[in-house]
Amino acid sequence: MVVAREDFDIPVAVRPKRLTKRQRQRRSTLVALSFIAPNFLGFLIFTLGPILFAFALAFMHWDGSNAITFAGLDNFWRLFSDRSFITAFWNTLIYTAVSVPATLCCSLGLAVLLNQKLKGRNFFRAAMFFPYVASLVAVAVVWNMIFNPEMGPVNMLLYELGVDPKNLPGWAASNSWAMVTVILFGIWKSMGYYMVIYLAGLQGISPELYEAADLDGANGWQKFWYVTVPQLGPTTFFVSVMLTIQSFKVFDQIMLLTEGGPGTSTLVLVYHVYNEAFISWDLGYSSMVALVLFLMVLTVTVVQFRLTRED
Amino acid sequence: MVKKPLTLFGQKIRLKTIALYVLVIAITVVMLMPFVWMLSASLKLDRDVFAFPIEWIPSHPRWQNYVDIWTKIPLALFIYNTTKLTVIVTLLQLFTSSFAAYAFAKLRFAYREVLFLAYIATIAMPWQVYMVPQFVEMRALGLNNTHLALICLQAFTAFGVFLMRQFYMSIPDELCEAARIDGMNEYQIWFRIMLPLSKPALSTLTIFTFVSTWNDFLGPLIYLTKTELKTVQIGIRMFITQYSTEYGLIMAASMVSLVPVLIVFLALQRFFVEGIASSGLKG
Repeated sequence: MVVAREDFDIPVAVRPKRLTKRQRQRRSTLVALSFIAPNFLGFLIFTLGPILFAFALAFMHWDGSNAITFAGLDNFWRLFSDRSFITAFWNTLIYTAVSVPATLCCSLGLAVLLNQKLKGRNFFRAAMFFPYVASLVAVAVVWNMIFNPEMGPVNMLLYELGVDPKNLPGWAASNSWAMVTVILFGIWKSMGYYMVIYLAGLQGISPELYEAADLDGANGWQKFWYVTVPQLGPTTFFVSVMLTIQSFKVFDQIMLLTEGGPGTSTLVLVYHVYNEAFISWDLGYSSMVALVLFLMVLTVTVVQFRLTRED
Repeated sequence: MVKKPLTLFGQKIRLKTIALYVLVIAITVVMLMPFVWMLSASLKLDRDVFAFPIEWIPSHPRWQNYVDIWTKIPLALFIYNTTKLTVIVTLLQLFTSSFAAYAFAKLRFAYREVLFLAYIATIAMPWQVYMVPQFVEMRALGLNNTHLALICLQAFTAFGVFLMRQFYMSIPDELCEAARIDGMNEYQIWFRIMLPLSKPALSTLTIFTFVSTWNDFLGPLIYLTKTELKTVQIGIRMFITQYSTEYGLIMAASMVSLVPVLIVFLALQRFFVEGIASSGLKG
């Protein structure tokens, strides 16, 4: 009885169902979609949706509570008469033009220095990297205290060194020094990160090149200039693209160090987006400013794509 | 005759090495100076913080600062909030990213390229461009002033999917094929084969997500206005604006906010460096 029953049961349960090709395809698509769904749904609702909304909103008037009205190109024309926008645009470009090459040089220098055989090399690398992961709010407040124009240790030291009190830099509190302060802070905070990328690039350079340079009697400086720098070309390109995009988006450190001031001396694009949206509740115009930021980042990305393809 | 140039040569090398160490140590000191100053100031009375010349090791360390910060502001609550957010976001990010990445790397299905293109197209899109409409949307969903808003905001990034997919692409397809022949289904292959193999990529993603969630400033600034919901970053920011002259306390609170990141960083430092070196991209 038992045997007979098993005989009867097994084939039905185990016999593979003959699925048509279409059914099989459908099933594998369903499986694949079930893998993607948890992430994609979140991505669709919270990233893709808002992005499309942002493009539409740039051509609307909206204060966030009343009805949305179509604005055509109003927001676009307003960019040209908005003094704050023009200032923010230039400040962003100035910030980028100074901080990108400066950070690049510092991180390359650090990488070359810490690529040599040193005792405690890993400790030094970690120390350089730490500002990058340290919480911004904490380091910004300590930075502002150290660079406090009246009492901070930096100005005290400068005073001791004989700088006339009238000529002491006002750092974050003065129109002419605020941008310098913000840039210095940015370099200090991020150069460890790019140093690590450069270190990876340095390790990819074939030692034979240096041996060949040694045979030719090159000194350290020549080896750096004629072997290291050209060999690091792709890394430098990558780092400069990333730095440029980061600089276009700069906001947190400015909010925390200077709040865009004094006056508008450190007002940057994202700060303007933030102000127009969450202070003035002019969501349409704020999206138009954000669109400018997007176009700037897009330009850099397209240039990067073109250039890397040519290689 | 032979010895002389050798010793000279040896001496020259030694000088160079000394110079190198001096330079490296000097740069390290400058880089770490703000943290040392912070630690030193956190143990001082407010009026002593700016005393010059700087007293690096306070003669009467004021440990009271580290007691007062817990009562002056709900720092423990802030840390709890941030920890909760960070853990949830990191877990969600790891799970959904590696899950989706498996399909993009190892499964064939209709519209795979189109869907992946949607991710790629947004990877270079700065969050700042769409933060305003995103806020409006969250508000419409009733998520303003909730932690859920920040979780939704950070847990489903294109970056995570991209990073994991790149890693899975480097795992040979034959491994999956063999597992399929052995009768594993796709979920089992993901869980038993892909996840254990992708530890390096997972730890890279963990570190990036942990640091960016813990240190996020603009997100919580926009979404959280109720004190009891605030994270460490904006909580300390609030404290700084309220008690702007209580330097000792501000420094103590800042020190405390650095500790979790410092611990994670020291524990996973090796992965940090390897992770960045291998992936190199985080916007």
